[in-house]
Amino acid sequence: MQDDNKRFVERDRDWHPPAYAPGYKTSVARSPSQALVSLQSPSISELGGPDFRRLRMGRYDNDLLMNYREGQGQDGLPVGERMMLFGRVVDQFGKPVPHTLVEMWQANAGGRYRHKKDAYLAPLDPNFGGVGRCLTDEQGWYRFRTVKPGPYPWGNGINTWRPAHIHVSVMGPAISTRLITQMYFEGDPLIPICPIVQTLKDPEAVETMIGRLDMAQSKPMDCLAYRFDLVVRGELQTYFENQ
Amino acid sequence: MKQPNSTPTAELMLRETASQTAGPYVHIGLALDVAGLPEREEEIWNRMAKAEAEGEHIEVVGTVIDGNGDPVRDALIEAWQADSQGVYRPGFDLEQPFNGFGRTATTAEGASEWRLETIKPGAVTRGDGKVMAPHINLAIFARGINIQLQTRLYFEDEAQANASCPVLNAIESPTRRQTLFAKREEVNGKVRYRLDIRLQGEGETVFFDF
Repeated sequence: MQDDNKRFVERDRDWHPPAYAPGYKTSVARSPSQALVSLQSPSISELGGPDFRRLRMGRYDNDLLMNYREGQGQDGLPVGERMMLFGRVVDQFGKPVPHTLVEMWQANAGGRYRHKKDAYLAPLDPNFGGVGRCLTDEQGWYRFRTVKPGPYPWGNGINTWRPAHIHVSVMGPAISTRLITQMYFEGDPLIPICPIVQTLKDPEAVETMIGRLDMAQSKPMDCLAYRFDLVVRGELQTYFENQ
Repeated sequence: MKQPNSTPTAELMLRETASQTAGPYVHIGLALDVAGLPEREEEIWNRMAKAEAEGEHIEVVGTVIDGNGDPVRDALIEAWQADSQGVYRPGFDLEQPFNGFGRTATTAEGASEWRLETIKPGAVTRGDGKVMAPHINLAIFARGINIQLQTRLYFEDEAQANASCPVLNAIESPTRRQTLFAKREEVNGKVRYRLDIRLQGEGETVFFDF
């Protein structure tokens, strides 16, 4: 028997987007029609998850200004607004989540992804890949350096554009806390008209996905900073189980 | 503030960051080779067990099918499982023979199958002493999936263990339990289990909330 002497705060599925959200067309054929089966006695299967402290990271894994060069020997920098993306991973009780894996990916300054399948006419940047990863530190902080991604069009409505966004993925202490989201930029007028953002019913839930300009953390004459805190499900100890 | 979980503590808690779809280019971030990006020194990928790992070596394959019966060619799947003794080992380290966590993807090429190289997990005992049949936890992320779908892969040749698994038995419809059973095949002397994940409609896979 393994230690499963904890619980996570129940996920509020009215806060998260529903599976079926017809304004986002792809969800129509990719959403289950049956109810989810709730596991009332979560086990170590759900209450545990991988610990990536021994995953070997490269020097520039969290620095997208430095981690991609198309040809050997090039030393150019990517084009675009230099920025830091940083924040803290905490749980719902405000407890920092240390040493957890945060991964991110994004388009370049023109809204083009370095992916075989992206054929948007905005060009690739020879010095930009668009992927980063790092572990949070002892206090739950993470940090990336990148360029601000551009918005881009996609085939949903006749004229639908994604707001500028960075995909952010966090593991947290268990597969129960696993979360993938997107960070949007404060003040972007495309946010309220995006069908993917609009999969959320509660405007306060949308607020949890908005990165804030943080002048204090920006570097004068170098780069701006956006702060994006991530909140994963709260961890509870269980007492008096099975008695 | 809207508080659907109207427990007294809820007001004191932060709200979880909302989920969003991983989108069509999830591979750039989580499956670099599939995106066409150079891989880093170490990647989290689908070879969970090296040759020297203890246990029965298996291959696990399948497709992801949408509500129209068409293959989903851009899904990313994460797997989490116990070792051959039924023990979860959180420490991920590519130097060790076996890792309980892996990732795989369906792609636009060929049959669009996902694939994991792993070992068959042992049965896991729950805190209440009940024994769960051997299983692999799977989470499916893709364009059109707003929050990951969580399911379990069970093994059809573990009929006895499956029949007494408390999680399988929590699924009210016995017909629906069948959607979680991977079929055993033998290919060139290698054991392979196949599970097609149906997101919607006929034969819809059971997805869990936990």
